[in-house]
Order: sequence, then C-alpha cells, then structure tokens
Amino acid sequence: MFPKPIEKSAPPVRVLYKIALPIALIIWLLPLLAVALTSLRSQGDILSGNYWGWPTSFNMLENYTAIFENTPIGQYIFNSFRVTIPTVIGAVGLSCMTGFALAVYKFKGNLILFFLFVAGNFVPFQILMVPVRDFTVSLGIYNTISGLALFHIAFQTGFCTLFMRNFIKALPFELIEAARVEGVSEIRIFWYVVLPLMKPAIAALSVLIFTFIWNDYFWAMVLTQGADTQPITAGLKSLNGQWVSSWHLVSAGSIVAAMPPVIMFFLMQRHFIAGLTLGAVK
Amino acid sequence: MLQNKKTLAALFTAASMMSAHAFSGELVINTDTSDPAPKEAFETLIAGFEAENPDVEVTWNLFDHEGYKTSIRNFLTADAPDLANWYAGNRMLPYVNAGLFEPVDDVWAANGLNDSLSSAAASMTIDGKKWGVPYTYYNWGVYYRKDIFEQNNIAVPSDWAEFKAAGETLKAAGVTPITIGTKYLWTAAGVFDYLNLRTNGYDFHMALTKGEISWTDDRVKDTMANWKELLDADFFIENHAAYSWQEALAPMIQGKAAMYVMGNFAVAPLRDAGLTDDQLGFFQFPMIDANVPMAEEAPTDTMHIPANAKNKVDAKRFLAYLARADVQSEMNATLGQLPINSGSTVSDDKFLQAGYQMLSSTEGGIAQFFDRDAPAEMASAGMEGFQEFMVKPERLETILKRMEKVRSRVYK
Amino acid sequence: MRCGQSLSLKGLVVSIAVDDSITVDDSVTAEDFIAAEDSIKDKSMRDYWRINQQRLAPVLFLMPGLLMFVVYVIIPIFQSVDISFYSWDGLGEKEYVGISNYVELMDDEAFYTSLKNNIIWLVLYMLAIPAGLFVALFLNQNIRGIRIYKSLFFFPFVISQVVVGLVFSWFYDPSYGLFNKILAFFGADPIAVLADEDWVTYGIIIAGLWPQTAYCMILYLTGLNAVDSEQIEAARLDNAKGLKLLWYIILPQLRPATFIAMVVTIIGALRSFDLVSIMTNGGPWGSSRVLAFYMYEQAFSEYGFRMGYGAAIAVVLLAIMMIYIAAFLYKMYRDERGH
Repeated sequence: MFPKPIEKSAPPVRVLYKIALPIALIIWLLPLLAVALTSLRSQGDILSGNYWGWPTSFNMLENYTAIFENTPIGQYIFNSFRVTIPTVIGAVGLSCMTGFALAVYKFKGNLILFFLFVAGNFVPFQILMVPVRDFTVSLGIYNTISGLALFHIAFQTGFCTLFMRNFIKALPFELIEAARVEGVSEIRIFWYVVLPLMKPAIAALSVLIFTFIWNDYFWAMVLTQGADTQPITAGLKSLNGQWVSSWHLVSAGSIVAAMPPVIMFFLMQRHFIAGLTLGAVK
Repeated sequence: MLQNKKTLAALFTAASMMSAHAFSGELVINTDTSDPAPKEAFETLIAGFEAENPDVEVTWNLFDHEGYKTSIRNFLTADAPDLANWYAGNRMLPYVNAGLFEPVDDVWAANGLNDSLSSAAASMTIDGKKWGVPYTYYNWGVYYRKDIFEQNNIAVPSDWAEFKAAGETLKAAGVTPITIGTKYLWTAAGVFDYLNLRTNGYDFHMALTKGEISWTDDRVKDTMANWKELLDADFFIENHAAYSWQEALAPMIQGKAAMYVMGNFAVAPLRDAGLTDDQLGFFQFPMIDANVPMAEEAPTDTMHIPANAKNKVDAKRFLAYLARADVQSEMNATLGQLPINSGSTVSDDKFLQAGYQMLSSTEGGIAQFFDRDAPAEMASAGMEGFQEFMVKPERLETILKRMEKVRSRVYK
Repeated sequence: MRCGQSLSLKGLVVSIAVDDSITVDDSVTAEDFIAAEDSIKDKSMRDYWRINQQRLAPVLFLMPGLLMFVVYVIIPIFQSVDISFYSWDGLGEKEYVGISNYVELMDDEAFYTSLKNNIIWLVLYMLAIPAGLFVALFLNQNIRGIRIYKSLFFFPFVISQVVVGLVFSWFYDPSYGLFNKILAFFGADPIAVLADEDWVTYGIIIAGLWPQTAYCMILYLTGLNAVDSEQIEAARLDNAKGLKLLWYIILPQLRPATFIAMVVTIIGALRSFDLVSIMTNGGPWGSSRVLAFYMYEQAFSEYGFRMGYGAAIAVVLLAIMMIYIAAFLYKMYRDERGH
C-alpha cells in the first residue's frame, strides 16, 4: 500500500493525520458550507450584509418553503426527472444492444463503428448545437421534454456503448460459445446469458448517466425554455436572474437542485465509482 | 405580501397544470416581467382580463429579464405563444422583417387606438403597418439621495459644471457620486446615450445609432471625453462590472453612493428597500452644451402577436383590453411608469409626475434606448465597448476602432 | 469463415426500411425481439433467420442505437461544417458566402481572446491531475471513517456546474464574498475577480478545478487500490521511499488512471461553457469568453443569431479537439491490436 499506512507511523504522526483530515475537508468544502449556511439566513441578515457572522435567526423552513411557493422550482425539478429518467433507460438500453453487437460479433467495420461511437462521444458537443436545434425544430419537438431527452439518449449512447462494449468484451466468451453449441438463438443469448451478467455495468451506467443528465445545462438552454419544460439547471439560471442579491434564496435553490444527484451518489456510491473509474485499472 | 405569495403560487400551479392539456380558449402569454413590480402589474392585468373574459384561460410564462432576450428568438420561430412582450422601434425590426410578428392594424382601427395611442404610433409603425400595442413607457434621468445632497448643501445641478462640482463635494464627504452595475452592459449604454444626446444632440445620436456616422468621428470623441472627465474623477463606484443593476442599488440604499443614471423602474426597488420620498429625488440629466436642445430617453414597452400564434382571436381581445385607458392607468400605477393611452391618468406619484412633465416639455426629441435604436450586433459591440471604456478609459482609440469595424459590417 | 458477415452500410439502411418494427423507439426490448422471433411462423423465414442469425443479429442490435447516434451526432458534425460556409440568421434564407466567415474569424479579436482563454483552460485544467493525485495520496489510508471522507471529498463532482458557478460567483463577490474576506484578513485590497480582465479566467478555472480535482482523485484512489503491494514492499526493502518510490514504482502502475484523467480533463477544458455562462456571461467586455461560449453567443444569443459564424467557430474547436480524439483513438487501436 502506498503511501505507508498511517497505523505504522509514530503516534504523533497518527494524531496529526487525524486532526488534519477534518480540517482539510472543511477547507475543501468551504464554499459549499458557506452556501448551506447562507440558505438558512433571513432577508434581514442579507440586507445588512451579515453574511459571515452568526445568523440572527434560522430561517431554514421559511427560505425553503419560499422558493417552492413563489417560484416554479418544483416544476423545474419535476422536468429534470422527466428528462433524466427516460434518458437513463433509453441510453442504457440502446447501448446494451450496441455494446453487445460490437463486443460479440466479428464483422468488417466493427472497429470502425466502435471508434465512431467513441469519437462522436468526445466531440465538444457545442458544435452540434445549430444542426441539432434545427432538427429538433423541424421534428416539431423543440421546447419539449421529448426533444431534449431524445438528444440526450442519442449522445449518451456513444459513451455508454464504449462502456458496455468493453465490459462485455471482458466477460468469458466461452459462455456464449457454449450456448451457441446448444442451439440457443442469438437474441436469447443476449437476453438470458449476457444481460444478467451486465447488471453491474447497467447499474454503474445508470447512476452515472443520471448525474450527467441531471447536471446538463447547455442542452437545456439550447432546446428548451420556460418553466414548463426547462430542467432545474436552466431553471436555476433563470431564477438567479430574478433573485438578484437575494443570496439566501439563491443558496437554498442551489442546495435543492444539487440534492437528487447527491442522494443518488450516496445511495449508489459503489456503482457510481465503478462507472467513473472504468479503465483506471488494468 | 403573503396574499401576494399565495396568488403567485396558485398562478404557477395553474400554469403548470394547464400546459398539460390545451382547451379552446387558451391564451399563452410570454413576458420577461420578472422583477416584483412588473410581475404584480401583469398578475393584475391578466386577472382583470380573465374576469371580463371568463371563456379565456390565460397561461402565463414568466421569463427572467436577461434570459428573455435570448428566448424570444427561439420561441417566435419554434414554439410561439399567443402574445409576447417586447420593445418598440428598431428593436422589433428583425422580427417584423422576418415575418415573425403579426400586423395588428385591425386592433388599432377597431378600438380607436390611432387616437388614444397616437403618441407612440410612429414607433410602432414599420412599412405602414402597426406591429403591436404599446402599454407603457418610462423616463430616464438621474435618481439621487436627496438627504445626502441636503446634508452636504448641494443644490440640484442643472449644467455640467454644477454636476461635476456636486460630485466633488460628495467625494469630499466620502460618498461615491454615481452608482452603476455594468455586468449586463446596458446600464453603461444609458450613460452613453445621455452624454451623447447632451453633447451632440438628438439628430446626431439617431444618425450614429442608424450607422450613418463613424464611431471614430471627432464628435463621438467629444462625448467620450466628457465621460472620461467623470471617470478620471472617480465618479463611479468601483468594481461596477461585477454587479447587475439591481445589485448596484445597494450602495445607494446604504448611502455609500448618491446618484444613479437609470430608468424610472429603479424607484420601486429603492422604495422597497426602505428609502422614503424625502430621501429619494429625481432630476433631469444636466445640460452639457447650451446650444444643444435637451433630448430625453424614454423606452416604450409593447405587446405583440407572433405570426405563428395559435389563438390570434383571443390575443387581439387581449391587446384591445391592454390598450384601454383605465387598464393602462391601473397597470402603470403598479409599474411605476407612464401610460401611453392619452385618456389614462398618470398616477400622482411624484417621480412619475416629474418624468411626465419632463417628457411632455422635451424640445430635443425622445430616443428609445441604445440597444433599441441601434441594431442588435452594433448594440452588443457598442455596449461591450462602453463597459471596457469605463474601466480602461485609456483604450478609447482601440475601442472605437473595434466598434467602427462592426459598424462597417453590420449596416449594409 | 466470416466473409458472409461483412456488412455493407447499404444493407443496413435497407434492412430498416423494409422492417418497420425496428424503430428508434427505445422501448423496444429484447423481449420484443424474442416475441418477434417466435412469431415468425413462416418456416422458410424462420430457417433463414436460423441460418443467418449470426450475420443478422449484430445489425438488429446495432441499428436503433447507431441510427440515433448518426442522426443526432455524426450527421450534425458535417452539417456544422456545411453551415459554416453560409451566412444565416436562422430566420431567413441561407446565403452561401464561401470562406468569408473564416476570413472574418482571422480578424476577430474576440475570437483570439476565446482561443487564448481556451489554451489557458487546457493548460491550467491539467493541474487537476496532480492535485487529484495529491488528495488521493492523502486519503489513501485505512483508518476508521475514511470512506466517508473520501465520499465527501468527491462531493463537488456530483453537483451541477451551474451550482458550482453560483457558489463561486458568490465566493468571489467583491463586497461580501469569502475570498475577499480572506484577502482582507491578510490586509490585502479586495479584488473583484469576476470583473477584472486579468483575473477572471483564472477565477473561473479555479471554480472548474474544484470538481475536476475530485474526479481525478477518485480515479487515482481506484488506481492506488490496485497497485501491486509486493513491488512496493520490494522497493521498500531497497530503501526506496517517499517521492522516489512514488515516481519510480507507483506512478508507472497508475498510468491507466493518469491516461483517463488526462482524457476527461482535456475534454472538460474544451467543453467549458457552463461556468463561463453562469459566472460572467463572457465578461467583463468579453475577456472570459471561451470558444464554446463564443459560438453559442454568436449563434443563439440576443445579439447574435449568426449561425454560420457560430458554426465556423465550432469547426475550429472541432479541429483542435480532433488532435486529441485522434491520439485517443490511436491508443485504443493499439490496445485493441494488442488483445
């Protein structure tokens, strides 16, 4: 293990480490802690410039109720779910199939198709904005949840395919060979042999895509507008325009917007990290 | 206030529910009126319309003020509402040219608007047609802390020398003369407009924004030289590029700054923050050159029917309602702005009365605003240049050259 | 054996045109396929499927995903290149203008500012890699509660860049922000980071480094987990320790993690848009623009709607990115050959 395990160090070093750890954490999360604290402050504190002193009163309930009552933030969050969940299902579903096809079958152009997915996925996606917006408009689904979700599904399929293909490649191929020998059809092999083995990959990708899409801001700006369709990221930008200098509300809104992926992360931490660190170990 | 919150919450719930299913009398309205006073004015407006027209259900999409400027282009082409607010003059030209607004001459004719709204008819007309209904306008000028002026024995300045002297006195008293927040750029254009109107006059200003005069013209440099006097004397608050116009209200509220070159919409938040009418005053932007007639800035806000609207019948009913004298009186009292309809009453609010008097007696002409008089790309490059100039006045030559380059490309 | 399996793209297209049941609809599951297969009552068709399924199955599996990807990602890349030769406001007719958008770019200060900032982003964003390694080394212990610490250090990556942007705008606020409180504590004058052309880009990059460092950290933590302990012990016996041990023994084993960290960091730097849009809107006077933001501004902002010009900027960004994509694909190709 590297660095040297701390339990093998001298007692003073051990104590020092245990003290340093929480301090480092607080410094690391300081901007976030400040925001959390601000979201509890009263309007009076904000106006009088009391940002860093002890709050004169704790208005947690008030502030958080206020943002839900006075703004469509609830609707924004609902929209985020309506975009995120179909995208997760769509992109993961499609890539299970594409990944399977690219990993299991040898055909001419296999590698080229695979690289097409990989390269497309690495493209700075902003360059797609003009054609994708036009295309969406011409389909009549501009400013709809489906318009945004369809694009996300398509784009995330690139990343998911890379992931799934490499995952399936690492599975024992003998299983498939054995099934073929028994005369099991290719579709049944996919469904009954490979898919069950892909559960960890599906879990990892789902959590990851959930976070990516929840946090997407650019495409929300390009393809949607207004509280009916915009997800929380774009909504927060819009609310920020309305809440100028009401930092207690901006803070409360930010915390609310950050909650779902944070909860997701803590619930599914193992899968999340497995997804992110794919390929970090040989 | 609590009541207000509840109606709002109800409105939003209603809006989100309604979007799910459309019914025949549904009227979709998009506005950028997200600041408190305009928001309230539109709430009342829509509620009043619905009360008189129970067969129409209004869906109101509220956009934030800055974001709306981007959104409108999108929704006009892709997903049009039945009504949208926008601005008069050159600012609506691209949408008229692109066929995205519906002419509403019939609404004007049927409701006698050619008489009652005649003052704004010119700014609503392109190619001989009317493209919307104006509902409010407001004056610009200098809002100031009367109490701070009085404490320091400063009289209201009426010319450039007095204005600069007032600033010096304020500085000596530890007060920054002028607050401004240029993060979103347009506030700096307000200052430019007034300096240019006072230095070179209305005709020159309009010719400049129409692209007929070079930005490197000596007369433009005269305007900038006047501006530079204020900059060199540290008249403006520090770090103004970090603030929005609302954030820049804070120094004035706290008494750290004494003046704000702004539109009348600044009065509402200043009052909300606790400034009384004894503390807050207004004066006309001072004269710079006695030979130049005093022109003013008074932007007009308007409502339009997009060409792609689905329910134009009810949209026209809404416009007719919006144009009515009593409706404009009530709405503008809430907005803290001036009604267009000649039959409306101007609220007896002292700032509105002052603005109304000033505009009625203006000799020099009335400009809309830099980003409404100049085409979009020129406005954008210009305002960016003004912001830079306010922080780095020594770059004037470069900035003007850059703006000139844009001018030669934009106006063809 | 596999000659029968070579697929022409033409074949792919035809097969979907013929079979309407294969659509882009993502609700199509393998169960539908199975059902479809079972429902092939015609014996000759079923035989055809039996015999050729190894050839047909990949088409079937690839089709929906590939189609979506091609329509939404691959084709638009070429369309962007095409649009860059037009002058188009998104409302009226497109007008072919040849390379004049590119000519204008060459003489556009704002473009050079964006390009310069993108390079600063690329270089400084790389700091996330050593920073992530440092944090990972700091946290790679086995004491009680360390898992919670690791999660909390990773926290910034999970939250949206919009929130990060808002948090840091506020952190930098010249009157109330924590940053200036700290400066004041040390007796320094306040700096309006986001309103100062010399600081603004660095200020935004630091905000971006926060989540990016967390990302690199988690990559390295995973990498460190898999480091061969025997090698370390052997090296320790040879009296290697500290930096020397890290450099000669540990880092080579972390190479895959470093590679991934580099890839995601470069992509992150070139895609930087959210933070600029939230924190400064490109200001003051456009000095914090990056290419991704500038093209959005030109194409979709209130004062823009120059689609062709925006697309031309996009093409330049793509060209820069192609260097990395090509390098990445080359490495993948080598790895694949090695298998």
